[in-house]
Amino acid sequence: MDTSVLAVRNLSKSYGRGTARFDALKGVSLQIQAGESLAIVGKSGSGKSTLMHLLALLDTPDGGVLLVKGTDASELSVKQVSRLRNEDFGFVFQQFFLTPNATVLENVVLPLKIAGVGARERKARGMAVLEKLELADKAKNKAINLSGGQKQRVVIARALVNNPTVIFADEPTGNLDTVTGRLVEDILFSLNKEHGITLVIVTHDVELAARCDRRMFIRDGREVQSLQNSENSP
Amino acid sequence: MNITDIIGTAIGTAIGNSLRSRLRTALTVIAVFIGAFTLTITSAIGTGISSYIDTQVAGFGAADVLSITITADDAAPTDDGPAPYDPDQAIAAGGFQGDGSEFATSVLTADDVDIIEGVEGILDVNPVLQVTPRYVEYDGNGKFELAVNASAALSTPDLAAGSPLQGAAESSGNQILLITSDLDSLGFETANAAVGETVMIGTADYLGEMHEVGATVAGVQNQSTLTGGGGALNQALTDELYEIQNTGKPGNTTEGAFLAMAHFDAASSEEEINTIQADLAAQGYTAVTVADQIGIIQTVISGIVGVLNAFAVIALIAAGFGIINTLLMSVQEWTREIGLMKAMGMGGGRIYTLFSIEAVFIGFLGSIIGALAAMGTGAIANNFLAGTVLADLEGLQVLRFAPLPMGAITLLVMLIAFLAGTLPARRASRQNPIDALRYE
Repeated sequence: MDTSVLAVRNLSKSYGRGTARFDALKGVSLQIQAGESLAIVGKSGSGKSTLMHLLALLDTPDGGVLLVKGTDASELSVKQVSRLRNEDFGFVFQQFFLTPNATVLENVVLPLKIAGVGARERKARGMAVLEKLELADKAKNKAINLSGGQKQRVVIARALVNNPTVIFADEPTGNLDTVTGRLVEDILFSLNKEHGITLVIVTHDVELAARCDRRMFIRDGREVQSLQNSENSP
Repeated sequence: MNITDIIGTAIGTAIGNSLRSRLRTALTVIAVFIGAFTLTITSAIGTGISSYIDTQVAGFGAADVLSITITADDAAPTDDGPAPYDPDQAIAAGGFQGDGSEFATSVLTADDVDIIEGVEGILDVNPVLQVTPRYVEYDGNGKFELAVNASAALSTPDLAAGSPLQGAAESSGNQILLITSDLDSLGFETANAAVGETVMIGTADYLGEMHEVGATVAGVQNQSTLTGGGGALNQALTDELYEIQNTGKPGNTTEGAFLAMAHFDAASSEEEINTIQADLAAQGYTAVTVADQIGIIQTVISGIVGVLNAFAVIALIAAGFGIINTLLMSVQEWTREIGLMKAMGMGGGRIYTLFSIEAVFIGFLGSIIGALAAMGTGAIANNFLAGTVLADLEGLQVLRFAPLPMGAITLLVMLIAFLAGTLPARRASRQNPIDALRYE
């Protein structure tokens, strides 16, 4: 058995049926080792987001095998999948998906709330992770009043609060200017280097992709190229 | 992590959700409020009237009493001609004009009383004697007409002052129970002032000569709807008046009464009572218990209250659709948050719970506010009605708010709200996280 956190073989996924049928993925195979950073690069409509959704167990594939730490995902119960997403996966989205009228702290502790962690512990862990991302002073602010970079840091804090093993980031810098985008990238990569959190980044930004250990290029639902970044590899 | 914390969090989140769009929640709550308010009011009226009837029935007191009459003959079909004359048929004694033949029922004679007494389960039988005193007077303050409740001796009066009449065995002399409305005219300041005083009762004998009899006021009764509102005389007074009434009466009339009161064992089961009634019916007597008589009234009233309640429930069902609508909009608005929570590992069941709690919370708010408003309105209405329209019905509190039906209404409203929340909650719980996150 391999040591990969996630492994897929010949994964396929299609949407719609009949003439409207669209094959988003046409047989992709991939292995993600613990602690590595992987960029899935492609244009919009290439299937890169679909691949990430399947890897993050947000969706089920039509064909192929998906192994999570060596276990076939199709054999996991709904509850187990939910717990996996809650405890082992963190999500960073381009559109942030913060609850605008809730405070920063409330947004950050949402995964803990879902996990059923008590109020006091929620607050302590939420504040700790906000501290780490230098957002402690914003804890009581409403999410809507933050700048884009601050919002994305809150999103990262939310992804981190449950100490995940893998963070999935979908265009994490897509809505940010170059400088703040760079800052957010630095945070993500330092988490990867210092805490060994596996990073799966979906992007069309080649510069961001270049900072990852490995780049996988995808087009029309197929892998077209895979590059190991020698200077970045550990 | 413990279960109460999870529930607490879920309730907190759900309440937070419903308060987020305040206007919409408020409007839905108002819809629920109207239904709950109406239902509370109608059920309070039901409770108020039934409990009034119950106290009135308690006024009849004796649950071990049968009122017995001779079963009325079915009216002879007119094409058969008149029924043959029966010379043995008794004529009612007492102050009736004529020979009693204008009444549909025959009178009970001493023979009838013996027959009834012979029925198994009957302890004693007393014919109800009809006495018609002409007037009552206190301390020379003027003479007033006195209505007499003939069956009062067998009932437990609802007393404002004094004590009930004593039984025949206790030979306490002549006693009378007055009615609160009599006091003013007779010249008593208060009900308590009347107790123990002697009033003079005037009655005429068969030849029209007036006689006066003294009676001690044993107590004063509240005006009562069901007991007919007459003064009550004890057996000694009744007997004396009856004797005066029949003085000078021709000796060849058969004595009898329209009505007899029979006691049976108070511990009898319903089945035993039914047997006694059936036995009496077989011998040509109609015997009804107080419960039978009151039962008819109560059936009618609960029927009316039932219809009113049905209207209130219709209002609640309409409010239920309001809840569905509100929550569907909420689900729509929340699509992205629901998707996010699902992506972060929240199970469909908990999302379902979240929306269900939100629905139940709306129902709870509406029903509590509705119940409180109904109680406030009820208090005002009770005061107003007691002072005006219903002033004659002493002791009637039209709207009575008992905790049990109020709790039941709150639960019912919450149940309707929960059922209304089922559809939106299902829709929310089945949302696909990716579709939800893509939703703009």
